[in-house]
Amino acid sequence: MSTSEPTTRRSLLGKIWVGLGGLALLEGVWIVTDFLKPRKRQGSDKEAETLIVAGPIENFDPGSVTAFQQGRFYLARLEDGGFLALYRECTHLGCTVPWIGTEERFVCPCHASVFNIKGQVLSPPAPRPLDTFAVRIENGIVKVDTSRTLKRSSFSDSQVARS
Amino acid sequence: MARDTTSDPLGNILSRIYRSIVPRSIIPKTDADRRRTILEFLVLHMRPVRVRRSTLRFTHTFGLGGMSLVLIGLLMASGILLMLAYDPSPEHAYQSILSIQDGMIFGATVRAVHHWSANILVAAALFHLLRVFFTGAYHGPRRFNWVIGLGLLIGILAANFTGYLLPWDQLSFWAVTICTGMLGYVPVIGEWLQAFARGGTEIGRGTLVLFYSFHTTVVPVVLIVLMAFHFWRVRKARGVVSPNPQDSQEDDDTEKVLTLPHLLVRELAVGLTLVAVVVLLAALFDAPLGAPANPGMSPNPAKAPWYFMGFQELQIHLEPLIAVVVLPVLGALGLVLLPYLHFDHEMSGPWFLSKTGRTTGALAAVVSLVVTPLLILIDEFWLQQVGGAGWLAVGAVAAGITAFAVFLSKKFKPEKAEFVQSLFILFMVAFAILTITGVWFRGPGMALVWPWIGGS
Ligand code: HEM
Ligand code: FES
Repeated sequence: MSTSEPTTRRSLLGKIWVGLGGLALLEGVWIVTDFLKPRKRQGSDKEAETLIVAGPIENFDPGSVTAFQQGRFYLARLEDGGFLALYRECTHLGCTVPWIGTEERFVCPCHASVFNIKGQVLSPPAPRPLDTFAVRIENGIVKVDTSRTLKRSSFSDSQVARS
Repeated sequence: MARDTTSDPLGNILSRIYRSIVPRSIIPKTDADRRRTILEFLVLHMRPVRVRRSTLRFTHTFGLGGMSLVLIGLLMASGILLMLAYDPSPEHAYQSILSIQDGMIFGATVRAVHHWSANILVAAALFHLLRVFFTGAYHGPRRFNWVIGLGLLIGILAANFTGYLLPWDQLSFWAVTICTGMLGYVPVIGEWLQAFARGGTEIGRGTLVLFYSFHTTVVPVVLIVLMAFHFWRVRKARGVVSPNPQDSQEDDDTEKVLTLPHLLVRELAVGLTLVAVVVLLAALFDAPLGAPANPGMSPNPAKAPWYFMGFQELQIHLEPLIAVVVLPVLGALGLVLLPYLHFDHEMSGPWFLSKTGRTTGALAAVVSLVVTPLLILIDEFWLQQVGGAGWLAVGAVAAGITAFAVFLSKKFKPEKAEFVQSLFILFMVAFAILTITGVWFRGPGMALVWPWIGGS
């Protein structure tokens, strides 16, 4: 008893040290990941910055696509009068897709993905339709909320905003 | 002592200061002095006093590890200069590069030295890896040094990739977009990983700050620490592997010569030649700079840097999950575990290990050289017209590789080391061909083109 006591006490202390060391390590990892984590830009949550007022409905002809540089999206008005706000980043690897008016489709310059006016994939490698932003129509004015991109695996009519 | 201070007080104190820093002649005259010089200088004492004569032959190592070290030295020197004049913000980065190029004496040359050293370093480290692999220098006491070397390779690629973004031109902006875009395909954590690497959802200020701080602090520090570890391990393994397979790890004193001058003079010659070549290259060819980054317009085609182009080419042919996750993870795992496989005979020394090693290796190279371009063409002009390479095609390729492996072991009855070497060559040549195809044979829309007919 008297001989084993010092060893157990020592081994207990040793374990406590190891435990504390582990704790300190975890703390370090936590701090580093916290600093590395992407931050929202100051004030970018404010609606004023992310809500784009596109204009009155009449400004957009059915079957037309209008680019909004600042909001990084295209406002597409479908033939039936519904609106879709298509995020301009290709869903393949993130290039910016231009609208080719004469062919009525989006063609990605990077790896040749093709999308139609609804953002549906006509030709791979893009794995899913173009992402969208939420569109609201209030008193005949089209507004686009660019704070969050909406991913979709296929087109459905519920994505289209109508007045 | 006392009489010296009266006769020549200044000269004496200067010489005492000099002697306290440099205790011995830098160019010693006798062998005994040479031995002591090695032991008493900080940098030199990392070397053994004597080395095996047979390891000195240039074609045994091609001095590639030493070249990597010299290139890292050039990178640090030119990098510190660039840091003084570069402005890491999206608004000013491109402009600051322009003023380095046009407004400073030797500005363009310093930038070009940095650019060429960085690219040659990737090549030198890759060839160094091949040298170590093909001389079987990853067994026994060198096992862990192979893993440290892989760490260095990752560090070098990280340094190159984070530096690629800094000019903030169209080339760099879209290359980084595409490479971080690939991260998005990692299952479950992909989106999170991508936001992490970009410092936000899109390439922007956050990305530039992140890349700049990694490029100028974290990565160089990690490289320096790993290099010190790497060199110490070479020393612990009693120098580089002997080219004669029958040599044991024992010290065989009859075969040894003094490090100074025999090894150091050779290293100096290789290092100085390399510096001259890089500076000449930099004086003749400027580092590339495209138009300023424009997030609204992607160039056509948009390509990854050349050392990642193999993966982008793979991505054209295979499902993203296989190309970006499964194959790279398998490859990395294979490289890390290589020294820990069980080899009955840890063959090392001569290039390509043995006669059987050379025969099976050459066969694998030829097969890969023929089959890989064929597969690319089959996929491009047939499979992609009928919906792309599915699991069936992937399975067929895997079956083909297995059949080739079985044929090799039946026909040549190779040692395990020789067998592993042939498979390594098979994959290495395939990856090299994918890289070459991506860099030179892909034009607008990533369609196949002939590089000499107005390609990229
Ligand atoms: C910054 C990059 C690197 C530097 C500066 C470097 C430097 C060196 C040097 C100076 C040597 C002595 C022999 C020679 O010059 O060939 C060496 C040996 C060695 N290197 Fe590297 N190296 C680097 C990257 C790598 C990589 C990517 C690997 C492979 C995974 C690797 C694995 C080894 C091994 C196993 C040895 C011992 C070889 C032998 O004993 O024959 N190193 N390295
Ligand atoms: S990024 Fe658009 S097709 Fe690859």
